[in-house]
Order: sequence, then structure tokens, then C-alpha cells
Amino acid sequence: MRVRVPVVLAGVVSLLCALNVSAKDTVKLVFIGPLTGGVAANGLGGRNSADLAVKLRNADPKAKYAYELMVLDDECKPNVGVQVATKAASDNSVIAGITHYCSTVAMGTVDVYRRFGLPVVVWGAVLPDITYANDYKEVHRVNGTMINQNETAAKFMTGLKFKRWAIIHDTTDYGKGHNKYFSEYLQKNGGQILGTFGVTADQQDFSAELTRIKELKPEVLYFGGITPLGVRIRSQMDKLGVKAVFQGTSGIISDAFVEGLGPLAEGVVAFREGAPVDKLPGGRVFIEQYAKGGYSDDPEAYGPFAYAAANLIMDAVEKVGPNRKKVRAELNKTADYDSVVGKITFDDHRQNAVPLITKFVVQNGKWIVWEDSEYASGKRSLVRK
Amino acid sequence: MDAALLAQHLVNGAMLGVIYALVAVGFTLFFGVLDVIKFSHGDVVMLGAFTALATAAGFTDPASSPLLVLSAMFLAAVGGMALFGALLARYLVLPLRHAPTLNVLLITLMAGTVIREAVRLFYPQGSNPKPFPRLMPAGAWEFGEFTLRLDSALLLLTGLAAIVAVHLVITRTRLGLAIRAVAQDPETASAMGIPFRGTVLATFAIGSGLAALAGVVNGLYYSEVSFNMGLLLGAIGFSAAVIGGLGNVYGAILGGFLFAALQTVGAVALPFASAYKDVFAFAVVIVVMAWKPAGLLAERSADRV
Repeated sequence: MRVRVPVVLAGVVSLLCALNVSAKDTVKLVFIGPLTGGVAANGLGGRNSADLAVKLRNADPKAKYAYELMVLDDECKPNVGVQVATKAASDNSVIAGITHYCSTVAMGTVDVYRRFGLPVVVWGAVLPDITYANDYKEVHRVNGTMINQNETAAKFMTGLKFKRWAIIHDTTDYGKGHNKYFSEYLQKNGGQILGTFGVTADQQDFSAELTRIKELKPEVLYFGGITPLGVRIRSQMDKLGVKAVFQGTSGIISDAFVEGLGPLAEGVVAFREGAPVDKLPGGRVFIEQYAKGGYSDDPEAYGPFAYAAANLIMDAVEKVGPNRKKVRAELNKTADYDSVVGKITFDDHRQNAVPLITKFVVQNGKWIVWEDSEYASGKRSLVRK
Repeated sequence: MDAALLAQHLVNGAMLGVIYALVAVGFTLFFGVLDVIKFSHGDVVMLGAFTALATAAGFTDPASSPLLVLSAMFLAAVGGMALFGALLARYLVLPLRHAPTLNVLLITLMAGTVIREAVRLFYPQGSNPKPFPRLMPAGAWEFGEFTLRLDSALLLLTGLAAIVAVHLVITRTRLGLAIRAVAQDPETASAMGIPFRGTVLATFAIGSGLAALAGVVNGLYYSEVSFNMGLLLGAIGFSAAVIGGLGNVYGAILGGFLFAALQTVGAVALPFASAYKDVFAFAVVIVVMAWKPAGLLAERSADRV
């Protein structure tokens, strides 16, 4: 019997070693976005995309760690956002976050991430201040800001020979920001603003504003805000016979917008940072894998950014290990990183310098790239008779 | 501003006014018979709209005639909420009849929250704004800058007809007489053989049915409903009833249209961002309350309803 004890021990030890090789350490990441509420479709698309990135990484035998994605709902409300951000940031097992679609929420939570030292990558919120108002080393962003978006929007629309605009924007930071940058660039490009209307983000009735706008006879109605309000305004425009072209921002590029409006969505234009996903080599893989993943919701416009953000974070963890400070330092250094949304390079405020803005228009119930549309070829006209 | 645009603003305001008036009449009826303020009223509006939405979803055959679906929606919403309102009165409001009015206010406020959260949690995807079926006939008349849509005109007429119907019920029927009697003096009315409880329940049924009608009209007009639409509508309906003079049905109607007019003026004619139109409208309500604390048409006990 005495002889056998070391043998058994040796057996146990070798077994343990074998287990150690196959079982990787688990690293926890957090995804935060609006999973309920008016912009839930975008949040769910982002969540699924981040989830897809994690699943693909876990299936990869070369990955050093196993990843777990904690998913939290910010409801697109700043107060809820701060609660869930605090929950995630105060949990030491969470190493990094893929956070926020709504700018107002992101503005509220960046201080939380700073305080707890949780590195995050913003995947959808476009307000410049999120990265530029503070110098927080924790906060990165893979999508572009509304500055680039509105510069292109103003140049492009004045290039189409439109001259007179009316503006409706919601009075959140998001809507006000869009109004500010678009107005600025529009005036530089020779466009004229006949009237600007700030509205609350949950307003139901726009008949008074729209009747006033009807009187001003603009050629284009610019809307700075997100999908639910955009749907209401576009449909009430029709009720009141306002015939202007409806021009939106990245906030209305969602399938929910088209579904909510049906034929009324035709000829609505909007702008978003980044190249169209299906035109990038990695993008096609993303679309295929997403389809295989069996998700019930579409990735929506910002899904690819959430996917890219998740991969960026996991690559950093693979390189430096699951430590918030090291991951932060690694993320800060990101330059020329290949992703499904194109190259990612962070500037001194950890903002991805996205050079490209894509123009979209709704045609036959789908958001399609302007250059591929029948509106660009001259077959259809944005102006409604 | 030319006449066409003025007409457009008037129609817009009238549409809002009808919806507000329908909600305000409920507040004033309840206050009339029981001297209570039922704060769940706005959420009953919302529940009515969702009842109609669920009814429409029940018609899975796309070939169903829109008129049939619409009638079913109105019937289900108004009937369902009339019953629901009577139940609320029977089990929440009447048992507290002799308790301080603050308790009724509190219990109905809680009930409203329960209704709202229940819809949010149990209606499929209830947190999201829901598209409301577009069933009204299309078509519009254009008079220069003034566009009058057939559906808006029909909804406006529906609302006005409902208000006229309530007026007739109260002034021309035995039930109306009973409601007026109970409002004036419950004890004497009972002594004269008027069933107190039955009259109160009927009043709550009428008020809640009107709320449901407001909800459906609101949904059809904006083509969208959401679980929290009742919050602001409730606050506006209550303010309208108060500036009109709580307890006076005509005051509530006047208040509803007045509030709509204030919002329209706030958005159109004043030099600040239209986001402040509610601030402006409620501020004027405060001023009116300071000037006429009992409301514009202050109740005189003789014609109190």
C-alpha cells in the first residue's frame, strides 16, 4: 500500500495539470446599451453583435482566455445608465466595457468609469463631448462623432442645390449638438436656416411646429434626434401636408424607422460615420456569422461598431492579461487596428479618427448607400410632388 | 399669418382640445359625484388605447374590413374601460368614501402606477412605443396652405359627438338626473330613492369609457401609443378640469380646449423654443388658478354635476 500512494498522487497531479491546460481563465466584459425603450432595436443589435464577437472568440482554440459577457440595460436614460454603469464598474471581475448607444447616457456615465478605473469603448453614441469634453484615459470610442457627420451632411445637401432649411431638434445634449454642428456647417456652405425648433424628447404632438414650418416653406427639414421622434415627425409632416425633404442624422438609421413609417420613409436621407459594412472584407464575414448566430433582431447600424469594440478589447486582454490598468494602457495605444468598420486609430482623446462618412437614403423600404440608389442615378427625386 | 395657416392651427388645436376635454370630463364627473380626484385616470386612457391595440392584433386576417376592426376596437376599449372604471370605483374608491380624500388620491395614484407598469411588463415589448394600426380612410382636402385630412376630421367629429352625447345623457336622461342629484346632495338623493352606489358606478363607467375613447382617438391620430402616454395626458386633463372648475362638465370641456390653445400659442406665437410650450401652458394655468381659485366656471351648487 505504501508504494502506491506516490503513484496515486502522481496521477492526480498530472490530471490536474491536464485540466489546467484545457480550462482557460474566464474574463468578464460588460455590454451596456438600451435594450428596452424607443431605441431598443439599436441596443439589441449592438448586444447581439458584441455577443457574437465573444462567442466566436470562445470558439477559437488559440484564445488564451474564455470570455463572459455581462449584459446590462441603460434604457437610454441617464439615471438608469449611471446605475448600471456603477454596478458594472464596481464589480472587480469586470475588466472592460462595450458601452452606450445614447449620447445622453454616455455623458452621464463617463465619470463613473473614470472613478472606478474601468476602461470602456463606446460603440454608438456620437456626441463629441463624450471623448473631447474630458481627458479620461478610460473612455475610448470606435464610432465617429456628429461633427464629421454634419460637415458631410451640409456639404452634400447643399451640393444637391437645396438652399432653405428648417430644423427640428430634441433638446437633449444629442439633439442640441446636432443642431449646433449642422447649423454651423450649413451656413459655411451657403445654406439658409429659416427656423429652428427645439422640442422635448418625448413630445407627441408636432402639429404646431410643423404648421409653422409649412408657413416658412423650407426645401429640407433637418431633424436632429433619434428614431421614435423621427417617426412621429415624419408621419405628422404627411398629415399636415409639409412637403419638404426629410433629412435625419445617424440617430434615425435603423430598421425600426423604416418599419414605423412604411412608404412614408421613402426618400429620407441620413448620414453615418464609417464605411458601409458589406463593402469591407471583414464586414462580409460579420454579416455571415451574424446570420448563422440565429439572432432574432438585426444588427442595425451600429452593430458592427459593437462587434469591433468587443474584438478590440479582447485583443487587448489577450496581449496584456485581464488587468484593468494594463488593458486601458493597451487600448490607449490603438493604431491602425483592422476591424469590420475599417482601420481604428485613436487620437489624443482616444477618439477613433474615422475618415469616412457614408450617406444613406431609404429606397423600397431599406436604408441603402446613396451612391447605389436610384436617387443618385437620377431615376427618382428626393423632392415630393 | 394668412387665413389658411390660421385654419390649420385651429384644426390642430381643436384635435388636441377634444382629446384633453374627453379626459378632463372624467376628472370632473368623478369629483362631482364623490368629491374625489382619481389620479389613475390618465393610465386608464392608456389602457383603453392598448385594449384597442390588442383587439386589432386579434384580427389576423388582413382582409378584415377596416370598419369592422375599428368598430371592434372602439367597442372593446370603451366597454372594457367602462367596466374597469366601475370596478376601480367599487373596490378602491367607494370603500374609502369616509376616509380623508388624500387617501383616495394616494390609492388611485398607486393604482395608476400598477396599471402602467403592468402594461410595460406584460404587453409584448411593452416598453417600446407601439405603432397603432392606420385604419382610418385616407384622403385629404387642400385649401391653399390648409390641409384637412379626412381621418383627422372624422376623429374630431367622433370626439365632439362623444362630448355632445355626455351632455345629453346628463341633461336629458334619468341617469343624468340621478348623477346630478347625487352630485348635489348624496344623502337627500338616497332618501328620495336614488340608488347611490349604482349612480356612482355608472358615473365612473361613463368617465372611464370616455377616457378609453380619448386613448383610441389619440392612437389613431398619432399612429402610435406607448405605456407612459397617460402620465402627461392625465396631468393635462386634470389641469383642464381644474381651470374649468372641478365638478362642472362644461368647465372641463372649456379647460381642455383652453389648454390646447395655450400649447399651440406657446409653440407658434412666442419667441422661445417650442420645447417650452408645456412650461408656458402650465404657467398660465397657475396664473388662472391664482386669479380664479375655483376655476373659470366655478361650480354653483345648483348646476353642479
